[in-house]
Amino acid sequence: MEKARPLWANPLQFVFACISYAVGLGNVWRFPYLCQMYGGGSFLVPYIIMLVVEGMPLLYLELAVGQRMRQGSIGAWRTISPYLGGVGLPVGGRNFGQPLATVSSAQPSRLQPGLASVVVSFFLSTYYNIINAWAFWYLFHSFQDPLPWSVCPLNSNRTGYDEECEKASSTQYFWYRKTLNISPSIQDSGGVQWEQGLCLLLAWLVVYLCILRGTESTGKVVYFTALLPYCVLIIYLVRGLTLHGATNGLAYMFTPKLEQLANPKAWINAATQIFFSLGLGFGSLIAFASYNQPSTDCQKHAIIVSLINSSTSIFASVVTFSIYGFKATFNYESCLNKVILLLTNSFDLEDGFLTASNLEQVKGYLASAFPGKYSEVLPQIRNCSLESELATAVQGTGLSFIVYTEAIKNMAASQLWSVLYFFMLLMLGIGSMLGNTAAILTPLTDSKVISSHLPKEAISGLVCLVNCVIGLVFTMEAGNYWFDIFNDYAATLPLLLIVLVEIVAVCYVFGLRRFESDLKAMTGRTLNWYWKAMWAGVSPLLIISLFVFYLSDYILTGTLQYQAWDASQGQLVTKDYPLYALAIIGLLVASSTMCIPLVALGTFIVRCLKRGDTPPVA
Amino acid sequence: MLCLLFFLVTAIHAELCQPDGENAFKVRLSIRTALGDNAYAWDTNEEYLFKAMVAFSMRKVPNRETTEISHVLVCNVTQRVSFWFVVTDPLKNHTLPAVEVQTAIRMNRNRINGAFFLNDQTLEFLKIPSTLAPPTDPSVPIWIIIFGVIFCIVIVAVMLLILSGIRQRRRMSKGPTEVDDSEDKCENTITIENGIPCDPLDTKGGHINDAFMTEDERLTPL
Repeated sequence: MEKARPLWANPLQFVFACISYAVGLGNVWRFPYLCQMYGGGSFLVPYIIMLVVEGMPLLYLELAVGQRMRQGSIGAWRTISPYLGGVGLPVGGRNFGQPLATVSSAQPSRLQPGLASVVVSFFLSTYYNIINAWAFWYLFHSFQDPLPWSVCPLNSNRTGYDEECEKASSTQYFWYRKTLNISPSIQDSGGVQWEQGLCLLLAWLVVYLCILRGTESTGKVVYFTALLPYCVLIIYLVRGLTLHGATNGLAYMFTPKLEQLANPKAWINAATQIFFSLGLGFGSLIAFASYNQPSTDCQKHAIIVSLINSSTSIFASVVTFSIYGFKATFNYESCLNKVILLLTNSFDLEDGFLTASNLEQVKGYLASAFPGKYSEVLPQIRNCSLESELATAVQGTGLSFIVYTEAIKNMAASQLWSVLYFFMLLMLGIGSMLGNTAAILTPLTDSKVISSHLPKEAISGLVCLVNCVIGLVFTMEAGNYWFDIFNDYAATLPLLLIVLVEIVAVCYVFGLRRFESDLKAMTGRTLNWYWKAMWAGVSPLLIISLFVFYLSDYILTGTLQYQAWDASQGQLVTKDYPLYALAIIGLLVASSTMCIPLVALGTFIVRCLKRGDTPPVA
Repeated sequence: MLCLLFFLVTAIHAELCQPDGENAFKVRLSIRTALGDNAYAWDTNEEYLFKAMVAFSMRKVPNRETTEISHVLVCNVTQRVSFWFVVTDPLKNHTLPAVEVQTAIRMNRNRINGAFFLNDQTLEFLKIPSTLAPPTDPSVPIWIIIFGVIFCIVIVAVMLLILSGIRQRRRMSKGPTEVDDSEDKCENTITIENGIPCDPLDTKGGHINDAFMTEDERLTPL
C-alpha cells in the first residue's frame, strides 16, 4: 500500500503557513520605502489595483495547481506536460483517480536537471538566512546597557571617539564595522567572520529544527511565525503613535502626491511588489498546497492570504512611518540644538537665551550687529530641515539595522524595544525560510530515488548543511556586496519568466477548460469568469510587460554599479562591478531561466530516442 | 607706598590673566542647560569656589602643594558664563606651565564637576580634553552567553526530535513482524487429546469455522 501523503492537521495550519511565508521582510522594509518614494497615500491606488488584477489570480492559480497535482513544484508541472519539467520537477505521475494528462510519463523518470523553481529557491535560501543570522546578532546584543550601537567606541588614547564612528553615525558604525566588518570593495574578500558564521550556523539549526519532521513540525511552528509578528507590530503601533513627532511622519506618508499616479514607475513598482511579496513562482506555495485535502476551498484561501499580506504591508508602513517621524523630529531638534550651541559659544550669549523659536530673529540680529564674526561662523551653521530628514528614504537592511536602531536607541527602555523588534524580524525571516526550504525539500522527498535511500530527516539535514556552507560566503568581509548581488538578481527576472510559463502552461498547454473541470470535480465550486479572464488574458500581459521593462532597464543602464562603504569618509560610495562579478550575475540569471528550455529540449530528445528504440506502448 | 605696591601687584596680576594669554585656559559653563529650573546664578561666590577647586587640584601635583586660592586668577567673565583663568607662582610672578595645570585638572575633573553639579559637557575646559570613560567590557561578551544558551537548547531539541523519529520508525517496523510470529505459532500447535490429534480448526483470518456445518447438510431435504 502506498504511503499516504502527509497532510496539514487542519486548514488553519495551511492558511497560517501561507501567511507566514508570504508575510516576510519585504512587507516591513520594502513597502514603506515604495510608499514614500511614489507619492505616499496615492501609491495605495496602483497597489490595490495590482493586487486585484495580478496578485489574487496568480496566487489562486498556484494554490490550485498544488492542490490538484498533489506534488511539489517539479511533479506538478511535469504532470501538466512533460516538457515543463524545467519549470517544476517530475516524479512518475501519481494520479488520484482524476483524468490527467496521462500522455505524460507513466513511467518513472529520472531526476531531471535544471528545475527553475527549485534552483531559484535554492539561491534564495542560500542568501536569505544570513538576514536571520544578522537578526540573531542584533538580538543577542540587545541585552546590554547601553545598547552597543548607541555609543561610539573610544579612540586609542581615550580623548575622543573612533574616527570612522564620528564621520558616520554610531548605528552605521555598528552595522558596517562591528557586524559586517565590511571591506572597501567587492574585490577585497577578506576572511570569514567567525561571529557571523556562528550566528549563521544557529540560524540554520533553527530552520532545521522547524522542518525536521515535515508538515508535522512545520504545521505547529507556523502558528508562532505567523502570529507573533502581528503581536509585536501591534505593540509597536501603540508605542510608535505615542512617540513625540510620530504625527509628522504619518502626515508626510499619507499626504497623497497625486502627480505620482502618472509616473509609470509607480505602477511598475506596485506590480513588482505584489508579485514578489506573495512569493509566487518559487514552488513553495505549490508545495504547501500539495499537502492539502483535495476538497479544500483554495479560492477562499487565496483571497484571504493575499488580503492579509497587503494589509500587513500597509499596517507595517504605518508603524514604520510613525517611527520615521520620531527619528526625523529627534534629529531635527538635535540639529537645531547644535546650531544654538554653536551660536551661543561663538557670541558668548547667555546660556538658555537662544531657543528654537527665536533662532531666526537672533540670527538676523547677530548678522547685522557682528557681521565679521557672523560670516566666520556661517559655514558651520547647518540648515536644519524636518522635510529633508523625513525625505531620507531607506529600504532593505539599511532600514532595519541602521534607521530603526537609531530610532530605538532614543526610546525609553530601549533594550525591550530592541529585543521585540529583532525577535519580530526573526519570526518573519524564519517563516519565509520555511517556505523556501519546503520548495526545495518537497520535490526531493517526493522523488522515489532519494527518499528510498535516505530518511527525510537526513535529506533535510543535508540540504541545510549545504546551504549553510555556501552561506559562509556571505559572512566574509565582502559578503554584504555578494548579498546585494543575490538579492537584486537571483530571483527577479527568473521568477517573472517562471510565473509566465506557469500561466501559459495551465491555460494553453493543459487547457483552461480541463483545469476548470478538474477544479470543479475537486472542490465542488465552479470557476468564476473573473478568474478565467485574468488567467487567460490580463495577468500574462502584465507579466510580459514587467519582463520587458526589467530587461530594457538592465540593458539601458549599461554597466551595473553598487554601493560600497568608504571607511575614511564614513559614507557609501558608488563603484562599478568588476568583470567576474558581472559574469556571476549573468550566471545566476541564466542558470534558472535556462532550466525551462533546456529541460524541455532534453525531454524531447529522450522521447525521440525512446520512440526510436522501442515500439510505443499501447 | 603700600598702595603703590598693591596697585603694582594687581596690575601685574591683571596682565598675567588675559584672554589668549600664556598658560591661560578658557572655561565655559552651561548651567541652565544642565540644571534647568534649578540653575543657580553665577556670582563672585561661585568664582571663589572655582578658584578653590583649581587650587585643590594643583595641590595634588607634586612640588605644588603650597598653591593658595589667591594664586588662581580669573578674568573676563561673560554672560555666557565663560571666563579665563591662570595659576600663578607667587614667588616668581609668572604663570605655571600649561601642561602642569592640564594634568592637574584632568586628574580631578570629576571632583570639580561634582562641586558645581555639572558634567564634562556642561563645564568645559577648552584645550583640556576630558578623559572619556570607556564602556564597561565584561570579560566574556554578553552576546556569547546568550548565544551559547540558545544554541544548546536548539541542539537538544533537534536531537530529541531525531531520536523520537528513529524510535517511531523502529517501532513501526517491529510491529508487523510481531504479529506474523504469533500467527506462525498458532499454525504450529496441534491440539492432541487422548493421543489423537484433533483436526485443527481453521482459525486463520476467521474465514471458515469448521465447527459449524453448512446448513444444507444439517437440514433434511424436503
